[in-house]
Amino acid sequence: MSDDLPAGVERRSFDGRERLSTQGTPVYGEPTDADGWRAWDATRSKLGGMLELGMDTGLVGGETVLYLGAASGTTVSHVADFAGPTYAVEFAPRPVRDLVGVAEARDNLFPLLKDARDPESYAHVVESDVDCLVMDVATRGQATVAVRNRQFLADDGRLLMAVKARSEDVTADPDDVFDDVLDELEPAYEILETARLDRFHADHLGIVARPK
Amino acid sequence: MTDAWFAGANPDDPSSGAHRIREGRADAPADWPTTAVEDGFAADEDDYYEKLRAATLTAARDAVSERERADDKQLAHAVRAMDDAERTANELAERVVEWAGTLYEDVPRGLDGVRDIAARDPTTAAEERVVSYATRAVDLLDERDDLQTFIEERAPTIAPNLSEMAGPVLTARLISLAGGLDKLAKSPSGTVQVLGAEDALFAHLKGRAPSPKHGVIFTHEYVRGTRRQDRGSAARAFAGKLSIAARIDYYSGDYRPEIHTELAERMATIRARAEEGDE
Repeated sequence: MSDDLPAGVERRSFDGRERLSTQGTPVYGEPTDADGWRAWDATRSKLGGMLELGMDTGLVGGETVLYLGAASGTTVSHVADFAGPTYAVEFAPRPVRDLVGVAEARDNLFPLLKDARDPESYAHVVESDVDCLVMDVATRGQATVAVRNRQFLADDGRLLMAVKARSEDVTADPDDVFDDVLDELEPAYEILETARLDRFHADHLGIVARPK
Repeated sequence: MTDAWFAGANPDDPSSGAHRIREGRADAPADWPTTAVEDGFAADEDDYYEKLRAATLTAARDAVSERERADDKQLAHAVRAMDDAERTANELAERVVEWAGTLYEDVPRGLDGVRDIAARDPTTAAEERVVSYATRAVDLLDERDDLQTFIEERAPTIAPNLSEMAGPVLTARLISLAGGLDKLAKSPSGTVQVLGAEDALFAHLKGRAPSPKHGVIFTHEYVRGTRRQDRGSAARAFAGKLSIAARIDYYSGDYRPEIHTELAERMATIRARAEEGDE
């Protein structure tokens, strides 16, 4: 465990409570302070939950990031606040409409309406050797998606992944689902750390890994 | 020649790059920023990211509006709106009738009551409020009917075979539940059979209940009008033909009379069981 937050992410006080925050244009009605910092709600963001729990994400700030499962851009907006070039992939058109709005207010966020299961459909846009691959895709086969997208990641890069047990199998015990996912990641990734995110997200496992 | 999104794109026109972003593919990623500078597409890395940003924004905007404007999505929104309007109108109607009953002697029940109240001339401040409230409910009911008319006009062009087989409103519901005509066309008929019965299906998967025989297709006469012990067969046959119809509608779009005859014959066979008296 570590408590080193990336540069550009700070714990600041909002309504008398210490919370994670980044500096940027507000996106989803989150509280902001006088210096332009906006609270990063860990209950609405798996990556926020991972940082809040003190997982060693290896993020230092300024990275090139590929974010799969960007949805409306809640989390990816915070990522773009502290990271460098940030590629945001989302499959569903409706959330991408919001994501475009988030990207318009940031000059390092590139929205892509693409299917994360089909990396060749965006390999002509997303550069190689990204420092960080963030994955929050609520689809069956989350491990397969991580393995297929391994090709974008630099050898010393990090995979930050939130696995949603219920996306794989609603009826199975989450622990069994997580074991299966970790087994499937094993050939492509070295698992550095895992933690249940239940404090913020029920039946989710946070994974930090690096390519093998 | 590279597979890069900017290959052959006009550096000064984001829409030409946007088109390549949407349509292009590559076997593997590469150091695109460096390539772009080497190829003269961008002056330096910052310039590249600026151009990338403009092109991805344009591509995402175009792709979203194209997918959202698609007619099947409009149909799905319309049927959800119709259901919302109906549910809300009924809720308002309950209040109107209850309230009006305290002011007037002769209030008909239900939605007739609402139309009746809305047409009255209020004489007191309280009557004025209840009549005005009833008017909103009536407007909402009219909106619901307009939405249904819209669906009935649109569905046959968007999905001719489904509309013939299931009727326009059920067609819209199936498209809405599946998440689009494309999704419906790609769903196996077993999924089509239980669309709208997700709660029962998951209860079944958890081992708490028998498998559901039908979802929203129950509203169709083919299922509801079949006697109970044959409904499973009827629902299965109906769903099978519906998923074929969805595929024809999505992939070719022309009307095929033969599948409708086949289904009618199959239904006649299933229903004949009741007359033969076998269990």
